[in-house]
Amino acid sequence: MNFLIGAFKPACNISITFSDGKSRKQVPMKKENGKTIMVSLFQSKESIAGKVSIEPLQGKKIEHLGVKVELLGQIEMYFDRGNFYDFTSLVRELDVPGDIYERKTYPFEFSTVEMPYETYNGANLRLRYVLKVTVSRNYGGSIVEYQDFIVRNYSPPPSINNSIKMEVGIEDCLHIEFEYNKSKYHLKDVIIGKIYFLLVRIKIKNMDLEIRRRESTGSGANTHVETETLAKFELMDGAPVRGESIPIRLFLSPYELTPTYRNINNKFSVKYYLNLVLVDEEDRRYFKQQEIAIYRQQDS
Amino acid sequence: MLLIGAEDEEKWLAEGIAGVQHNAFYLHRALDSNNLRDALKYSAQMLSELRTSKLSPQKYYELYMRAFDELRILEMFFKDESKHGVSVVDLYELVQHAGNILPRLYLLCTVGSVYIKSKEAPAKELLQDLVEMCHGVQHPIRGLFLRSYLAQISRDKLIDIGSDYEGDADTVMDAVEFILENFTEMNKLWVRMQLEGPGRVREKREKERSALQELVGKNLHVLSQIEGVDLEIYKETVLPRVLEQVVNCKDDLSQYYLMDCIIQVFPDEYHLQTLEMLLAACPQVQPTVDIKTVLSRLMDRLSKYAASSADVLTEFLQVEAFTKLSNAIEKVIEVQVDMPAVGAITLYVSLLTFTLRVHPDRLDYVDQVLGACVKKLSSIPKLEDSRATKQVVALLSAPLEKYNDTVTALKISNYPRVMDHLDNGTNKVMAMVIIESIMKNNTCISTADKVEVLFELIKGLIKDLDSATDELDEEDFKDEQNSVAKLIHMLYNNEPEEMLKIICIVWKHTMAGGPKRLPFTVPSLVFSALRLVRQLQGQEGDIVGEEVPATPKKIFQLLSQMIEALSAVPSPELALRLYLQCAEAANGCDLEYVAYEFFTQVFVLYEEEIANSKAQVTAIHLIIGALQRMNVFSVENRDTLTHKTTGYSARLLKKPDQCRAVYACSHLFWVDGQDGIRDGERVLLCLKRALRIANAAQQMASIARDSSGPVTLFVEILNKYLYYFEKGNKQITAAAIQHLIELINTEMQGDSATSDAFLASTLRYIQFQKQRGGVMGAKFESIKL
Repeated sequence: MNFLIGAFKPACNISITFSDGKSRKQVPMKKENGKTIMVSLFQSKESIAGKVSIEPLQGKKIEHLGVKVELLGQIEMYFDRGNFYDFTSLVRELDVPGDIYERKTYPFEFSTVEMPYETYNGANLRLRYVLKVTVSRNYGGSIVEYQDFIVRNYSPPPSINNSIKMEVGIEDCLHIEFEYNKSKYHLKDVIIGKIYFLLVRIKIKNMDLEIRRRESTGSGANTHVETETLAKFELMDGAPVRGESIPIRLFLSPYELTPTYRNINNKFSVKYYLNLVLVDEEDRRYFKQQEIAIYRQQDS
Repeated sequence: MLLIGAEDEEKWLAEGIAGVQHNAFYLHRALDSNNLRDALKYSAQMLSELRTSKLSPQKYYELYMRAFDELRILEMFFKDESKHGVSVVDLYELVQHAGNILPRLYLLCTVGSVYIKSKEAPAKELLQDLVEMCHGVQHPIRGLFLRSYLAQISRDKLIDIGSDYEGDADTVMDAVEFILENFTEMNKLWVRMQLEGPGRVREKREKERSALQELVGKNLHVLSQIEGVDLEIYKETVLPRVLEQVVNCKDDLSQYYLMDCIIQVFPDEYHLQTLEMLLAACPQVQPTVDIKTVLSRLMDRLSKYAASSADVLTEFLQVEAFTKLSNAIEKVIEVQVDMPAVGAITLYVSLLTFTLRVHPDRLDYVDQVLGACVKKLSSIPKLEDSRATKQVVALLSAPLEKYNDTVTALKISNYPRVMDHLDNGTNKVMAMVIIESIMKNNTCISTADKVEVLFELIKGLIKDLDSATDELDEEDFKDEQNSVAKLIHMLYNNEPEEMLKIICIVWKHTMAGGPKRLPFTVPSLVFSALRLVRQLQGQEGDIVGEEVPATPKKIFQLLSQMIEALSAVPSPELALRLYLQCAEAANGCDLEYVAYEFFTQVFVLYEEEIANSKAQVTAIHLIIGALQRMNVFSVENRDTLTHKTTGYSARLLKKPDQCRAVYACSHLFWVDGQDGIRDGERVLLCLKRALRIANAAQQMASIARDSSGPVTLFVEILNKYLYYFEKGNKQITAAAIQHLIELINTEMQGDSATSDAFLASTLRYIQFQKQRGGVMGAKFESIKL
């Protein structure tokens, strides 16, 4: 039986470690099986260096046609599962063909890697970065090992950041003016604003502010849009009268937001909207949606 | 949805309470294990129970109180950073992550209060933030309770901040601003409750709202407790802002409650100094607001304040409190056209009370108030409303009570004009009040002018008013007229001329009263006049010429008119007595002719008017008594009169009456004194005649009853004998007495059973005189018993 087990087990253990793995920031990542693991965090133009060590199983030798490590940036569409589109692909050859009898370690380094896109896990797609080590063999198939890592890119605060101010309404029925203090928010930002009721002829029950994420994939006729409500935040309880001004203060930190992504590699976009919803006593909804840009700010 | 049964409500409340308790249980567990995350989660869930719309305010309050108690525990937990390890700053953000606004804001307020206490951020900003964020709850009941929670939880901090925390004016202002802002918003929510729901549940809603008024008023209460709120801040900030809210909310319930609240919670001194501002708001409230009660309470408070110490009185003068109040009231009445008369009058009553308490010396103020009231009253038809008339009575009684001297009230020119507006019944009541006041204080009304005014005031009692169709209660009428009679005695002046004027005025008024009233009033008036006569008689030496108007003659003329008027009633017995009084007075004045005239009148009355035999007996005795004392008559006149008298005496119906009258007549011939008549002969004649009559009476009695009657008459005659015997009437001899005693003894034998006490003591007296010795003893010696 030992023999049989041995036949299906990989012939060796491959481990990938980053050289600064101990000091580097670890962030949680959700795997496909639902488990969360901690992985290293990088940003664009960082050098990614580390070691690959290969340890054959006890008493076995590995005959190979070469060992390489690849750094891949991939987009995977869920409707096309298993098919990855690599937008970044870098290779380092680690070993020429030969045999490995015992544990062998190869250092590697990708210096100043351009990783313009962030790791993203969406409704219909994901974008991931991975280190892929391949031990090529003639028979028995190649031995492959992956190591995920996460990329997040920081933006400086935008130089222009106007408030969003708008007057909307239904004639002779409801007129409101709302204001959000900015149009661009960072992930830990707080939305400050107010809603001013100019005219109220309907009996409003409550008012919510929603944060909606709009993920669009594909292009042209094949565009597929998925909208999710990430936050539903009650702003007002009860019916206001004319002249009332209702404050808004919404902290973004509790919500799992990402920066706004625009047309990533012509594959997809992720946009965020603030949706102001008024509900009347007959449960009719009146709403106004405004796009906001979200960016990632370097933690100070 | 509108017709919610009480049962359902109970059920919903029970569900709510169960929800609170359930979550509170987990909350406590979380607190025990210092688990902030769970604590926030369960407290938010617990507070979600407060999101219900199904409960009435009372039930909601119950639920709120449950949650409130839990929040106090949570607050303690928040305070102790060592337990949860999160700084209060972070905590303040953390609680704002809650998705539902109501739990979020309750938690925010709870953390906020801890935050303020920690002083890690300026209290001003935090307070501002809290009060601003609470705008999110626009539902009236939920909003009111939330803000009430905010007020409650921040209260001690505010009082600290405002009073001793920092001490500088800015911090005080921060606290004040915060409370005012919260107050304004609460009031708006409270007012808005009224607008919700259809009209038919309006009443219910009003009731519900009243239940919530304290929540709003609490803010003002807190304001008043902050020591830092001095007069300056109150005047410049607090009051204008509160009043602005009161006026602008245009809601009667709120306006009434808040005005009252202002008056009750802030110190009197502040009110006094801001009177103008406060009063200016009064005419601006809704016409349906019961502003009169508000103003009354204000005046009540102020007058109590004025009474508290003499020092504050100068303040009242400084700020011209009266003028301001007076103007304000006028304005309110002018603006509130629909205000019922009773309202307006109540206001005047309050103002008057205020005036009397604060400015008792300012009669012109009183007059001014009454004048304003007259103006109001003349613009409306005669009062029908009993409450209104009651108020008028109160209005008129107040000065009487205040000024013990009723005369003061008579000086108030508008006083009678107010009375004119009363209906007859009330007018009488008021007149009685006035009289009572005079009697109570023993006030002497001493000038003709005042008397004139007074009678004008009480004319309801003096004469029938135009429309007096109402059935009079006999008792009441008597009481009233007796009071008037009493009153007449209070009108007195030492100066005869003035007194005569007074009498003439009173007479003029009483004459107008008609025959019904004369029997009550004339005697008083007559005696009042007689008093004057006696006074004049006392000053006889000063009598000068005929020009002096107040001569006894003149008065007697008047008197005779007065008594004559009684014949219209008719009341002959009374007239007779009064004539006799007059005759005696005339006797005192040495006016024989006048006295004779009076006696003539007496006999005319006796002959023509007095038919009742009992009345006749009384009259005869009165006449005898009066005549006996007369000493002005010439012999002929006196003879005429005594002759008449004895004649009438002998013609009385019953024998005993005859007998008694006749022996009484004997006194007419024997007058003690220096130049009294002493006609022993005629005395004896009278007594003999009396004896004859007594005999006849005795016989008649024995025939009628088959037994001789008592010997009383004889004994009485015996006494007369003894009297004259002692006085030295020569015609009355010991033998005659002896004879009479024997006669009595004989009579007694027929009726031995009864021993007469009267006789016994008479005999004892004779015995006593006998034993006394001296001249008298010697005289009696010859009488044998």
